[in-house]
Amino acid sequence: MLKDQDRIFTNIYGTKDKSLKGAMARGHWDGTKELLEKGRDWIINEVKASGLRGRGGAGFPTGLKWSFMPKESDGRPHYLVVNADESEPGTCKDRDILRHDPHTLIEGCVVASFAMGANAAYIYVRGEFIREREALQAAIDECYDAGLLGKNNKLGYDIDIYVHHGAGAYICGEETALLESLEGKKGQPRLKPPFPANMGLYGCPTTVNNVESIAVTPTILRRGAAWFSSFGRPNNVGTKLFMMSGHVNRPCTVEEAMGISFKEMVEKHGGGIRGGWDNLLAVIPGGASCPVVKGEDMMNVTLDFDGLREVKSSFGTGGMIIMDRSTDIIKAIWRISAFFKHESCGQCTPCREGTGWMMRVMQRMVTGNAQKREIDMLFDVTKQIEGHTICALGDAAAWPIQGLIRNFRPEIEARIDKYTANATAHGAVLEAAE
Amino acid sequence: MSVRRLAEDNVQPASFAFTKENASWAKATIKKYPKGREQSAVIPLLMRAQEQDGWVTKASIEAIADMLGMAYIRVLEVATFYTQFQLGPVGTRAHVQVCGTTPCMLRGAEDLINVCKKRIHAEPHHLNESGTLSWEEVECLGACVNAPMIMIFKDSFEDLTATQLEHIIDRFDAGKGSTVETGPQVDRIFSAPVGGLTSLNEPEPAARKVTTRAKKTEGDSVSVPPSNAAKPTTDAVETDPKLKTPATAKAEAAANTKATGDTRAEGGDNEAKQPVAAAGKPSLEDKDRPAGIARPATVDDLKLISGVGPKIEGILHELGIFTFAQVSSWKLEERAWVDSYLNFKGRIERDDWVRQAEALAKGGEAEYIRVFGKKPR
Repeated sequence: MLKDQDRIFTNIYGTKDKSLKGAMARGHWDGTKELLEKGRDWIINEVKASGLRGRGGAGFPTGLKWSFMPKESDGRPHYLVVNADESEPGTCKDRDILRHDPHTLIEGCVVASFAMGANAAYIYVRGEFIREREALQAAIDECYDAGLLGKNNKLGYDIDIYVHHGAGAYICGEETALLESLEGKKGQPRLKPPFPANMGLYGCPTTVNNVESIAVTPTILRRGAAWFSSFGRPNNVGTKLFMMSGHVNRPCTVEEAMGISFKEMVEKHGGGIRGGWDNLLAVIPGGASCPVVKGEDMMNVTLDFDGLREVKSSFGTGGMIIMDRSTDIIKAIWRISAFFKHESCGQCTPCREGTGWMMRVMQRMVTGNAQKREIDMLFDVTKQIEGHTICALGDAAAWPIQGLIRNFRPEIEARIDKYTANATAHGAVLEAAE
Repeated sequence: MSVRRLAEDNVQPASFAFTKENASWAKATIKKYPKGREQSAVIPLLMRAQEQDGWVTKASIEAIADMLGMAYIRVLEVATFYTQFQLGPVGTRAHVQVCGTTPCMLRGAEDLINVCKKRIHAEPHHLNESGTLSWEEVECLGACVNAPMIMIFKDSFEDLTATQLEHIIDRFDAGKGSTVETGPQVDRIFSAPVGGLTSLNEPEPAARKVTTRAKKTEGDSVSVPPSNAAKPTTDAVETDPKLKTPATAKAEAAANTKATGDTRAEGGDNEAKQPVAAAGKPSLEDKDRPAGIARPATVDDLKLISGVGPKIEGILHELGIFTFAQVSSWKLEERAWVDSYLNFKGRIERDDWVRQAEALAKGGEAEYIRVFGKKPR
């Protein structure tokens, strides 16, 4: 188990002083100027060496992403955009960073902006996080007052941080949709290429990073890449905020080392599965868009990127939705389908039409009012949506259903059988037409 | 996608204007974005308009479009795309947003929705009879570990049961919404597990930074070299941490500096016996030491020499240097000795103490000004 001294987010529960003074007492903002003095290349190399992978779900190496930014400005300003549009069901880690440990993020913005030559950073907070936004803004104001931000600040690098917010669109968590939204348009993803590193916010080179990815970098730089990469397995290193929701005894958010086993995680922090381990039905391991995994397959899983790929799911954001045997799994997945139907931006036809179509078929399967051949058809349609859209929302909508059919097909069939049997029992007349 | 349309014309107010306070806030918000990119402020402005009026009216859409120099259709697009904008009137005392997505559903969000249906209206987005309450089911509000939860205007109420929700709705309906405690409604700290912390519960070491750093330098199997990142850049002498009693006198302190080489390699306790000469600090018995004199009756103010402060003056006095004449007579070797004794890295030569002292000895301040074109110090 991770020791407290190795935890990066030391105030994630808001039990300690949230002010700048408190954050400094916990070691944040310590020697930031000296970090910057080591130069851009050193910072990027150190982040690369630390093996930090993006914490927003896709797991793209953060240092590599930073290195895509042009080394010299061609006259256009550079921008850092922080993605705090945390809307994936099951995920609520950034919320705690924003409201309880905002200085990790602000310091990270300074370091990251410096590393990519940006003098302005925008933090895009989801519209519903109103109190969180206020807490973040208060912390930023505090830093301005202390001379850590703005022009001619104590750190010797001009940087302005602005808080922007959305208004309840899940799709704005996709980086190009986020940029569109930040430009004051509908949040519809852009075609790539050009990638944001060349043409991002306002047509300028931009890097979009998750809150957690940015917030951990100052501590990594201070304590060294080797310290960070000493946790977890190769290619899956570091510490991470995990979330457990659903049917555990004590749902919570907790920072742990990558590569902790699912069992240890649930036992140590979640207080066990409701009704014991035999009662575990299924887990959606990394936010709603990840395929569902059967409980027995989950028993020996290591919680990291590779560990969950082995069970044909994905690590995502680390937000686990845990379901016990009282769950109507078909209904649970139908609710996720409804979510994606609601959140599709309507730009690409396969997704706009497909998410609604899948939801309606799923709705019939919840009651069992379907044909068994429709299960195959549904699977087939998910395959036609996957990979045929501009952004990954189409994929995200398809995967939970694929996971359901792969793992719980007998369940769906049993429900259809039951429905048909009920229909005959209640006197539905099945006669051949004469 | 969801289809969203503006409210019927009969409920739309005729005009919209920001209050004075909101108008100045809007101005400041628009300034956050680069010139020519004022459009970026459209979401914050619409949200502020919603806070002011309770919902986004057609008039407010048009007013904001005019403020930002946007076409009406572009703002309308935004207002209908983002589902947090209420396009019709909502309850004046509370608009209950129930999160109904899977993590909340698993923990009983459906019961909460039933409470809303029973207490407020059978349909979402409809006002109750007195017009004070309304509700809707929303997609994930991002508090999944505190499921099930609702949000009323700016605050969230988490870890709810149906009875608690009824109680909360009662309070808001009575206009006493501000008395309800926000956040988790059970005994827990925000997103920490119920029943006490499982992490961040180790007693904090008294001086956390120092202990971690000390551990890093002493440990045998340290894979990470100690980071100098947070250390200030300074020329001040650094005392070897292995010494039990830090020397207070400047000369001894200088001898104790880390410049003695890696003491760890030579074992713990013999560095005290090492000849001081090896330190790179000249010994007091060195032949190059400039001759000192007993304290004369009138002592020159050595501080007039640029580069000499009260501290350095004190050291010079200890060495028996009291007059400008003495300083001006230093030969090259003597200057080098003093320079290294003070750990000055060539400052004596750079500041040209000899010429300064010469001028000061000859004609005091007036001569100094004549030679150097400025007042001493």
